[in-house]
Formats: sequence, C-alpha cells, structure tokens
Amino acid sequence: MEIKDFVCTGCALLCDDIGIKTEGNTIEKTYNTCRKGAARIRGDEERMTCTIKGREENIDKAITEAARILSEANKPMIYGLGNSSLEAQKKAIELASKLSAYLDDTSSFCQGPVVEAILEGKVPTCTLDEVRHLADMILFWGSDPASSHPRHLSRFSYFPRGEKRQRGWEENRTAIVIDVRKSDTSEICNKNFYRIPPGSDGELIDALTAALNGKIPKVSFGMSSKEILELANLLKKAEFGTIFAGLGLVYSLPEIEPMIKLIEALNKSSNFHLMPMVGQYNMRGFNHLLFEKTGYINRVKFDGNKVDHGPHCSVMEVLNSGETDAMLIIGSDPLGCFPKSIAEKLKNIPTIVIDPARTFTSMIADVSIPSAYTGTEAAGNAVRMDGEKVEITPFIDSKKLSDEEILKRILEAI
Amino acid sequence: MASAMEIYQYLPRTNCKECGKSSCMAFAAALLAREVTVDDCPPLKEEKNKENYDILVKLLPPAESASETGMIVHTELCTGCGNCVVACPVNVAEDPYGAGSGKAPTSDKIILRVEDGVVKLSNVESCRRFGPQSRLCSGCIATCPTKAIEFV
Repeated sequence: MEIKDFVCTGCALLCDDIGIKTEGNTIEKTYNTCRKGAARIRGDEERMTCTIKGREENIDKAITEAARILSEANKPMIYGLGNSSLEAQKKAIELASKLSAYLDDTSSFCQGPVVEAILEGKVPTCTLDEVRHLADMILFWGSDPASSHPRHLSRFSYFPRGEKRQRGWEENRTAIVIDVRKSDTSEICNKNFYRIPPGSDGELIDALTAALNGKIPKVSFGMSSKEILELANLLKKAEFGTIFAGLGLVYSLPEIEPMIKLIEALNKSSNFHLMPMVGQYNMRGFNHLLFEKTGYINRVKFDGNKVDHGPHCSVMEVLNSGETDAMLIIGSDPLGCFPKSIAEKLKNIPTIVIDPARTFTSMIADVSIPSAYTGTEAAGNAVRMDGEKVEITPFIDSKKLSDEEILKRILEAI
Repeated sequence: MASAMEIYQYLPRTNCKECGKSSCMAFAAALLAREVTVDDCPPLKEEKNKENYDILVKLLPPAESASETGMIVHTELCTGCGNCVVACPVNVAEDPYGAGSGKAPTSDKIILRVEDGVVKLSNVESCRRFGPQSRLCSGCIATCPTKAIEFV
C-alpha cells in the first residue's frame, strides 16, 4: 500500500509530506523523511512491556495499579507529555486537576521562556510557511537545525523557493548562525557564522541592541565594534526576519527580556520574529493547552479550583525537594536525561511510565504501561513548533492503547 | 575525502613511470579521479609497500559506487535533510512547486530524492556534470552539512 502525506512525529517540524510504502503492517520504504523521521516511523526502538514491579502483567491490572498509586499519593506529579497528542495532554491536565497534582513538562527546562513570551504576546512570531514564502533573513541563535531538525533548512527556512523568495537561498535569503561551536548548520552558513564564547549570548544581544539604538557596541570577547555594527546593519536591512532560538540561547539567558528588547530595536526599521526550536513533536501543544486552562504554560500545582505556579512547581525542584510522593511519567525519560543528583530521587517514590519504547525510567518504574506510537499507530492532533495545529492520521492497526486511552482509563479508575 | 597531496604521501615517490604516468604526483591525481586503481602501480604491490597499499585502498572509496557523473553519496554520513534535493538546479527546473519549494517531489524526472532517510540518485543523465558538455555545478556539495556528497 502506498501512503501519501503522512505526518512524521520525529520532531516538532511535523513534516506532512511523507510517503510510505507498506506491506501489511510492515513498513517497506519511507520517502522524504530525514534519518531521524525514518527511524521514528519504522519504530526502531525496543518496545516496552507491560509490567508491575518488574513482572509482566496485563494492561488492565497495570492501569488499576497505576490508579491506586496515584489516588493514594498526597502530592502526585504528572510529567512528560511532549511526545503525546493534544487529546492525551487534555486528559493529563484533567487527571492532574482531579488529583490536585503537580503538572510539568519538558518545556520547564527547555523552550518554556520563549513559548511563554510568545503566548503572552510579548514578542512577535510567525509561522514556518511565512518563513518559506517571505523570510529573507534567518538567524539561528544557539540552534543547529542540521542536526536537531534535519529538514528545517530544506523545507522552510533557507533553501526552498517561496512566493516572495523565488530565488531561494542563492540570492534571496541570508542565513546567520551564532553559536558557541562549529556546527553542521554553520558549515552551510560559513560566511555568516559568528562563534561566541559560552554564556556570552546576553552580552552580544545587549551589544546588538546598543548598536541598533545608535550607540557604539562593546563586548568583552573577541568581536570588534565594527563586526557587531556590521551584523546589526545586516539584520536591520531585512524585510522579514526570523530568529530561531535554540537551547543554546535559552540556557545562556537568565531572562528572555534582552531578546525581546533586541527584537523591539530591530522592528523599528525591520520586521523580525522569534520562534522556538522545539524538539519534541508536541511540547508546544501542551504549553498551549495549559495556557488556555490556567494562564501558565508549565510548572503548575492544582489545588481544588486554585492553581499554584512557579519554579517550586517545576519537575526538577519538586523531585529535588522530595515534595512529590508518586510520579506519572508520560513519553519522557527523566532517568536518562536529568542530572544524576535529581534522577536518583526517582528511586525513592513509586513511578508509573507510559511510553511506547523501553526507557531507562521504565526499567525502574513500579508500573510500566506500553502505548501506541502517535503517528504510525494512533491518531491525534499536535502543535508544530510555530504554533500551527496539524492532524495526525495513523496507518498501522495496533492493538496497543494510545496515551489518550490509557489516561482516560486511569481517570475512570480513580 | 583525501586530497591528491595526501595520496601522494603514500605512493613510492620514485617517479619510475612504470604505471605509464609521468610522475607519482600525476598518478596520485589520476587515482583521485578514479582513472586508475591502486593496483596499477607495480612498486606499490611489493611487500615493503604493503602498509601504504592498504592505507590507499581504505583512503579511496570504491569507484563502483559512483554514478556515471562521478557522484558518490556516503550513506553513512547522509542525514536525509534534503538540502541537496531542494538546491539541485535540475530538481528545481523539473519540479519547481515540489522539490524546488521544499515539499515532496511531484516529478519523476528529478535527480535527487530522499528514501529511507538517505539521498538516492536517479536520472543521472540530467545532472549538469553528465556528458561531454558537463559543467562544474556544486549545488548539492555546497549545501550538504555533513559532506556526504562528493564527485570523483
């Protein structure tokens, strides 16, 4: 069977032009996917088994046990959800509200500040299609899409011809990379690659803002005032510019305010936008849903009708302080990616993992419930890195329950 | 990718002309262009040069994997980003609203496409580097972030 226009859930680009050739439930070939997407579609990871305390059990018992752990806990926490559909995320928010639980996702230590600024209307943003059709200036700041979002440059930002950019990258677009290291993206944009020392992003932002406001810019590292003035002049000449903020930028800035000020300064003469380089395919979807419900994008604690919010509700803080006494982890692997001192706190509390693939966290979890892959096996909706909603239609018949169905059954059991 | 100078370092450097070339440097350039093989150098096959022979065999990817235009895609380096698919001038001319606009290809006449996360070649006779009228187009090489494409 030939499938056209399948949506890939390998990253937050949600490429919707994927072709797939199948034989029964087996994938023979994928077309137009990057390597990351091809692996995601083939489901190369080892699948997780349904277990209670390491012993294989059926899914009904696992769901009952998960419901028991969560309802007996005083301060449960729900975490993850970047790799779940909007429908599953809605159920998780409902569950957190019912349990008066902490609720947080990966944006809490990822692109949260950028998404928050966009949703609160503090900074202008645009869609990826606008970038393709209109953008003549693209700035990758602390991001390396050639490695993290392989089709970013070819599908939207640099190479394609668009309505007002008929000559694409050759004449109509300029791509600039600001990074602490020589990346694969900087290899392509080597004419406009600015290498800065780690942690000096804020200094360069302030210097660029000063240059744009008619002052002489100065930085403590190896960039001269002339170089900064040239960069500022290059940026302000743009008709339509987009800054793709990567984790390198977000981690380097204690507050996002300097970036907002830079965009304000640029927009006196140009038209600049900010977009987060979201990794997980539906992290931004969770931020949108929670923002609609509570006014916050992450780090919340439900308490009846009240919602508490702040750094003390973040997954790192809650785990580190030992505030929570049970954790439901959906589509994430904290044991694999958190700092050791925090990850080891997971062994002190009962954990429930919902994931299609086996992860380090699932190996130590009290209950592990395997789910279907949203995309190939389960339907749903997701929000792309630019805030556009995309519908996902599966093509494999799977007996596995989706995240949404598992969360619905846990909700019913509580 | 090795340079002619690097290849030269592993040759006997005696300019014996047994291979038919005027010097070892000329042989290195011919090796790089895949006009000759490592086995065409008789002194290199002697026991004392075995180490250098083995290095050269490893250094030069087999020419059989190159297309008629001399293009080799190092699949182990390719990430399937599709930059070359969108940048290739022939792809753009044949499929301006598909491959040329960053979307899924809609034409069978394009040269580069991505299958299973890796670039695949087809219709190589349309490539600007093909045939006697070939031009030194480097759209696909210049846009590859991992240097997975080379011409020999």
